[in-house]
Order: sequence, then structure tokens, then C-alpha cells
Amino acid sequence: MDLQQRPPFETGQGVSATASPVAVRLSGLDITFHIGDQRYKAVTGIDLAVSAGEFVSVVGPTGCGKSTLLNAAAGLLTPSAGKVEIFGKPLSGLNARAGYLFQADALMPWKTALQNVAVALEPMGVPAAEANERAREWLGRVGLRAFVDRYPHMLSGGQRKRVALAQMLIRNPEILLMDEPFGPLDAQTRQIMGNLLLDLWSKDRKALIFVTHDLEEAIALSDRVVVMSAGPAAGIVADYKVPLPRPRDIAEIRLEKAFHEIHRDIWASLKVEVQKAYAMGEGKELVEGSNR
Amino acid sequence: MNRLKLLALQMLVMIVCLGIWHVVTVYPLFGETKTIQFFFSTPIDVLARTFKQLTGSDIYYHLGITLTETVLAFVIGSAAGILFGFTFARNDLLAAVFDPYIKAANALPRVVLAPIFALWFGLGIWSKVALGFTLVFFIVFFNVYQGVREVSPTVLANARMLGMNGRQLFRHVYWPSALTWMFSSLHTSVGFALVGAVVGEYLGSSAGLGYKIHEAESVFDVTGVFAGMLILAIFVIAIDSVVTLVEKRLLVWRPGQSSTTTT
Repeated sequence: MDLQQRPPFETGQGVSATASPVAVRLSGLDITFHIGDQRYKAVTGIDLAVSAGEFVSVVGPTGCGKSTLLNAAAGLLTPSAGKVEIFGKPLSGLNARAGYLFQADALMPWKTALQNVAVALEPMGVPAAEANERAREWLGRVGLRAFVDRYPHMLSGGQRKRVALAQMLIRNPEILLMDEPFGPLDAQTRQIMGNLLLDLWSKDRKALIFVTHDLEEAIALSDRVVVMSAGPAAGIVADYKVPLPRPRDIAEIRLEKAFHEIHRDIWASLKVEVQKAYAMGEGKELVEGSNR
Repeated sequence: MNRLKLLALQMLVMIVCLGIWHVVTVYPLFGETKTIQFFFSTPIDVLARTFKQLTGSDIYYHLGITLTETVLAFVIGSAAGILFGFTFARNDLLAAVFDPYIKAANALPRVVLAPIFALWFGLGIWSKVALGFTLVFFIVFFNVYQGVREVSPTVLANARMLGMNGRQLFRHVYWPSALTWMFSSLHTSVGFALVGAVVGEYLGSSAGLGYKIHEAESVFDVTGVFAGMLILAIFVIAIDSVVTLVEKRLLVWRPGQSSTTTT
């Protein structure tokens, strides 16, 4: 039997790498959309590096191109200028080493929770029986053991996100991309999902880029928070480290003094951009969360 | 409103209608009953004839013919509709080039094709299958086309991010989506297959339910026409409930079973 070889850059456990490799590097990234005859420059001059094992949140005003950035890293969008490098290699086509958690419902509505998760293994050539077995196990890990045979419409918003999370993680991608995944959920469910995410992530620390418009969520979850300016032609205006200890509890960490200090700092730069976005958005449609 | 009351009211409508029909045709209120019965028959005669036909064996031969034509028209029409729907939805140039012709063909009242089909395929079942085919094909074609086109971009992007290749995308995303749309028009397309068969038989054949009705009509046997219509109605309801059963099984994943309209 021919076992699949592990990529050489993956340092084994116990090997103390001096510095984690850069999982995602965006350099000089420009993305322009063509809508009819009009051209809309969404983001410009983006430089961002995310190391393996790093949890980076991207915050910014609505419509600033946060999702655009993520889509470029996923290979769903081709940048007009600049480079996307994945573990040092230029990205062409879809990013096969990344998993993507969408803001909108992305599950196949005609498949049960189990089928939705198991199907993620099919492209990797896993036999159906084994795929089902592993999918069952993953659904258990996200707390849906009793719901494996439900169709998406029979699940709540939070449960659907759990299925989507299992569907993404079962493939064991080296990079996780999340586009306001908990945006449509209510506040309590968001906290529960946040804790679940941290719990799952901390087991094998993948590089994670988390796009959100919720600054508190960003700080509570991440190692780094990147602030983007108001669009069009948005760029990165600030990059903060979050020196809060792990493991964290999303609900409790918000009460700590250190959290408030970081929040105050980041909000100072984010506020300017949010105000700019609203000033520009006056008279224009400005729908929260519609920037897919 | 509870079920019993509803059922009672529904029965009442039938009894009132049949009652009026009976009174008007049996009692000389609007002239001689013989003349009126020639044109309208009487409900008791119609029911008696229907019962006699349904207990006889002859009618089942004709029903069998009509059913064969309906099933063939539906199967062949759906297969062609799915094939062309997929091809056109995945190929923009093809869709654009053929767009005016498909619209023109769909706008044509298909009944006018019946004589041509009789000429081409003879008076046997195949001219009726051809007529039903032209009706079913377009419904399935447009629905499959729509189904493939309207796959949620998020579901598609997600499937691609999961690493699916073209064949897997087809199997897990495009195909189920297209089938959903097709099934949602199942009542309509099955109904049209039946319309094609019966109209074809009516216009020229030697067997089938349409033939039976035409036969009765050509000898001014109004009772026979009404009995034929009643049997046809029972037949349609039977087929429709089978379709509903199939639909329920296939679309189990859909929120709030939305029923489609019958033609």
C-alpha cells in the first residue's frame, strides 16, 4: 500500500522551529472589479503575512473588502496586481490547502448533515464507509451526534454552522479561512460557537484568517487583529498583537482589564474608518453583512 | 375547520350539482326530456355506464394504451429535457444561439403538430408519444436549465473549496439542483404527457381513452362521452396521487413541502 507522503515543510511535533513558516502571504495586492463599464477598486496595496499556527482577525467597516481579501487567499478571486503565496509558493487556481467557512449557508440542502460532512472526503479518495465513519466522529466533536440524519433545513442556524465547521475541518486543511461565519447567529450562539472554534483550533493550531465586523469577537479569538480602512480602495491601516493568554473563554475574557486596553487601542483606529465609511455611505445603500 | 366538516361540504357541492343536473334532465322543465337527455344525458345514466365500463374488461385495454403512451412520452421527454437542459446551461454560446428557436418552438401550440406526427409516425402509439414528448420536453428543459443556472453561488464555491472536480460537482451539486427543479414541475409534466396522449388519440387512433371518447362522440352518444370523461378524471387523479407519493419521497430534504399545480 502506498501511503501518501507528508509535505516536507511540516515539521513534526517536538521539533522546535525557530519561526513558523508563513502560511499565507499577500503582497502588494490590488483587486479591481469590473461591473459593466465601471471599475471598482475594492482593495489596494495589501501586505499581510499569516504564519502557520497563527489566528489573525481582519476587522473593518462594512464593505471595505475584508471578504475580497479572503477570497483572494482562497483562490476564488484572481488579484489584479500583487502576489498570493501559500507556504512560499505562488497560488494559482483554487487554494487546495485551505478550508473556507462561508458567511451564508453553504451546505448542500439535499444532503443530510452526515452526507454533507462525508462528501468532503470524497475528493481525497476516502472510501464511502470510512468517510461516513469519520464524518460521524466529527459531527460528534461539534456536538451534533444526535443530528446526523437531519437535513440542513431541520437544523438551527448555529447547528448548520457546526456542520459547516465539521465539513471544513474533516479535510484537515492547513489554512482556515472564515468569512464572518458567526455573523447571522444570535449573541449567545456566537459565544458558544466562538468557544467551540477556539477549542477545536487549539488542538492543532492551523493558520486561521477570521474576517469579522465585531471587534470584541476579533480580540477574544485572535493572536493578531488587522484593521482595514474604509472602501473603496481599502488597505490595511493597523496591525495589533493580542497578548492575552490562552486558553481563553470568550465570555469571560471580555471582562479583563487587558482586554479593555487592547479594545481601546484598536477601536481608536477602527473608529476613524467606520466614520469614514458611514460618511461615504450616506445616501448609498449600506447593508450590514451583505458583502459576500 | 375540521376534516369531517370540510368533507361534508365538499360532498354537498357534488350532490347539489348532480341534483340540478338530474332534475333538469329528468323532469320536463325546459321542454321535452328526450331532447334534453340527447344533449346532456342524465347523471344516473352516466354513472351506470361508467360502472359498467369499469367492471368490463374492454376499458382496461384502452387505459393501458393511454398509460403506455403517457409513460413513454414522460420518460423520453424528461430524458431529452434533462440532456439538453444541462448542455445548454453549461454552454452559454449554445444557449444564446438557440434561444430564439427554442422560444419559437415553445410558443407554437403543439396540437397543430398532431396531424404531422400522425403522418410521420402512423396512427399507432408513437404519434401520441411524439405529441406528449413535445409538451413534456420544454417543461423539463426549462426547469433543468433554470436549476443548473440557479445553483447557489455559495454552495458551489463551498463545493469547489472542498476540492470537488467537475464530475463530483455535477454529481453532488448540479444534478441534485436540476432534479429539484424538475421534480417541482413533476405534476405539470406528467399532466402534459397525458394531455398529449389523449389529444393524439382523439385526433386519430384506434385505441386509447381519447379514442373511446371520440368514438362515443361520433355516434352522438353523450352518455358515452361523459362516462369517458369521468374515467379519464379518475385516471388522472390516480396518476397524480402516484406522482405526489414519488415527489414526497424524493424531496424529503425540502423545507415545507410546496405542492405544484396540476394543469
